[in-house]
Amino acid sequence: MPLSAYLMLAALVFAIGFFGVLTRRNAVGILLGIELMLNAVNINLVAFSRFRGDVAGLIFTLFTIAITVAEVAVGLAIVIVIFRVRRTVEADHLDLLRG
Amino acid sequence: MRLGSPELALVVLGLPFASFLAIGLLRPLRRAGRPAAAVSIVAMAGALAVAVTMWWEAIPAAPGLNPSAVWSWLPADGGPMASVGVWVDDMAMQMCLLVTLISLLVQIYSWSYLADEPRASLGRYYAYQSLFAFSMLGLVLAPGFLQMFVFWELVGLCSYLLIGYWYERPSAARAAVKAFWITKLGDLGFTAGIVMLWAGAGTFDFWPLFQAAESGTLAVPALGVVMFLVYLGAVGKSAQFPLHIWLPDAMEGPTPVSALIHAATMVTAGVYMVARAHPLFALTPSVLELIAWNGAFTALLAATMACVERDIKRVLAYSTVSQLGYMMAANGAGAPDAAFGHLTTHGVFKALLFLGAGIVIHHFHTNDVFRMGGLFVQRPWVGGAFVVATLALAGVPPLPGFFSKEAVLAAVVEAHLSVPFVMLLVTSFLTAFYMFRVVFLAFFGHDQAHHEHAPPPLAMDTVCRVLAFITLALGGRALYALYVGHHAEEGPGWLSWISVTLAGAGIVLAWAVYQARAIDPARLAAALAPIDFLARRRYFLDAIFTGVYRIVLLGFSRVVGWVDRYVVDGLLNALSAGALRAGDLLRRIQTGHAQDYVYGVALGVLLLLVWAQLR
Repeated sequence: MPLSAYLMLAALVFAIGFFGVLTRRNAVGILLGIELMLNAVNINLVAFSRFRGDVAGLIFTLFTIAITVAEVAVGLAIVIVIFRVRRTVEADHLDLLRG
Repeated sequence: MRLGSPELALVVLGLPFASFLAIGLLRPLRRAGRPAAAVSIVAMAGALAVAVTMWWEAIPAAPGLNPSAVWSWLPADGGPMASVGVWVDDMAMQMCLLVTLISLLVQIYSWSYLADEPRASLGRYYAYQSLFAFSMLGLVLAPGFLQMFVFWELVGLCSYLLIGYWYERPSAARAAVKAFWITKLGDLGFTAGIVMLWAGAGTFDFWPLFQAAESGTLAVPALGVVMFLVYLGAVGKSAQFPLHIWLPDAMEGPTPVSALIHAATMVTAGVYMVARAHPLFALTPSVLELIAWNGAFTALLAATMACVERDIKRVLAYSTVSQLGYMMAANGAGAPDAAFGHLTTHGVFKALLFLGAGIVIHHFHTNDVFRMGGLFVQRPWVGGAFVVATLALAGVPPLPGFFSKEAVLAAVVEAHLSVPFVMLLVTSFLTAFYMFRVVFLAFFGHDQAHHEHAPPPLAMDTVCRVLAFITLALGGRALYALYVGHHAEEGPGWLSWISVTLAGAGIVLAWAVYQARAIDPARLAAALAPIDFLARRRYFLDAIFTGVYRIVLLGFSRVVGWVDRYVVDGLLNALSAGALRAGDLLRRIQTGHAQDYVYGVALGVLLLLVWAQLR
């Protein structure tokens, strides 16, 4: 398969994730969307690594995965704390920083 | 010309300063009162002794010799910008003698005069006195305009402090502020003048300036303006028209302070400065002529005001203004020696007059001469001393005032200033009249104080006798000089006759009006109604100054205040209100929904992409 197919897939996954981030009302859903966007980037990195014969992309992907795991851990922890305080995880209701 | 030793001059300068530091810094000494006074008096006596030694041991020198010893000050790349030091020529040494002598006598007199003061106040008083003597000596010995200016301001400060010594009295506090501000008005000119002089000539020091002035190489643009500005400083300090109005009010201070201010320090500073800087003034004949005219006019104006004044101290104050006018006229006529001669003799007998007036006021418990009388019988010594000083002031031979006044008049005649000369002659008549008016009212006539009084304290009495003796001795010295033919100022022969006749006429008129009661004072006043009317109201000068202050200065302040309140503040208020309004509008963008911000980011990225495509 040509490189463009992988890139198309990555763009599709990125767009789906972005759509999720923008439209999901649930904070957990938004986190899932972010996860998709990050993995779309991973697809890109792996594809370029494969096609250029360069391992740097693979190593970078490993880093990204590690950071993503940490991000999810922190993000979910925040969501749980918010739920304990506000009894909701609806993003529309979380507007304490409104000007 | 004789030169004194700079080291001794520094000692003269240092003694009062050391006494000031001791009294000012050692709080227990200051609060103790009498010990502080003793320290100050001893230091002053030491300064007088050293000044006498300096005068005695002065060595004759060629006229072209530099009489100053200077050390560099204010270092700069192109050599020091200014220097400090001492300038010890004849004039400075004589002035040192006068200042230390009068300061010492005044301080001794104050010991008794202020005996009832609280101890802490007395310590403060003597600290001021020491500082005053130090400042005046520093001014006298200054070898350059900058050092002179520093001490000039110190003298002004000290007179402010001493006039306002009884600061809890509103009138004294106001008089002190008035003296300070009016002299400061003149000092503005002085400051500008010396800075312009420096800008042109590159130095503040007298010696290079005088050298350049004599050789005609003084490159100062608009020298006339510069010297006029310098003269303005003397107008304020030496109470020349129209800035003389502070001096009569300065009578609010204790009487010994008035004696000090009028005789040896403060008011003489202006005359001394103009006499000192005469080589520079000599280059600008028009300024000299102005000085002479203004001096003569001041003399006449003050004399008329003295004739209608009831307060004995104010009469003396106006007579000081008048005599300062004489000195300035001599300065203006190009005879600084005559001006300085009159300054020294006047210093002695004016101190005597004031200190005598202190005893008189002490005796009658009033300043009003119309409520005094018959003191001569009770206190012949005081009366005798006062009459000697009055005769000296009136210019009766052989007292020193006669000789010095004649020298002034001779100088004015020689300079062909006929109108100022006539003004000064009229003044000399008026001087005799108003001074003997005081003498006849206070010392002769019937006694109006019916209760018994304690005699004046020994110290006050002795000081007056010493001053009377010095006055007589100065007269004797002048007579001797005349006898051996060293009379410096040789006026035309008719001059002596005219001035003696005028003085005699003034005395006779005062006798006829106030002693023999042959002429009714009211009719005399009616005959000279316009002058009487104006003089009693002090020629409305105070009112004019007040009016100028109220209308011009306060009006200007009001305009400035309005501009500040409504224009400057308004602008700032508009700016801050605009910022608030804009912030209020902008804060609505912040919805608090995280997703809205992501929309914003997405929109921004899209716009960037579009822009990148279109570019």
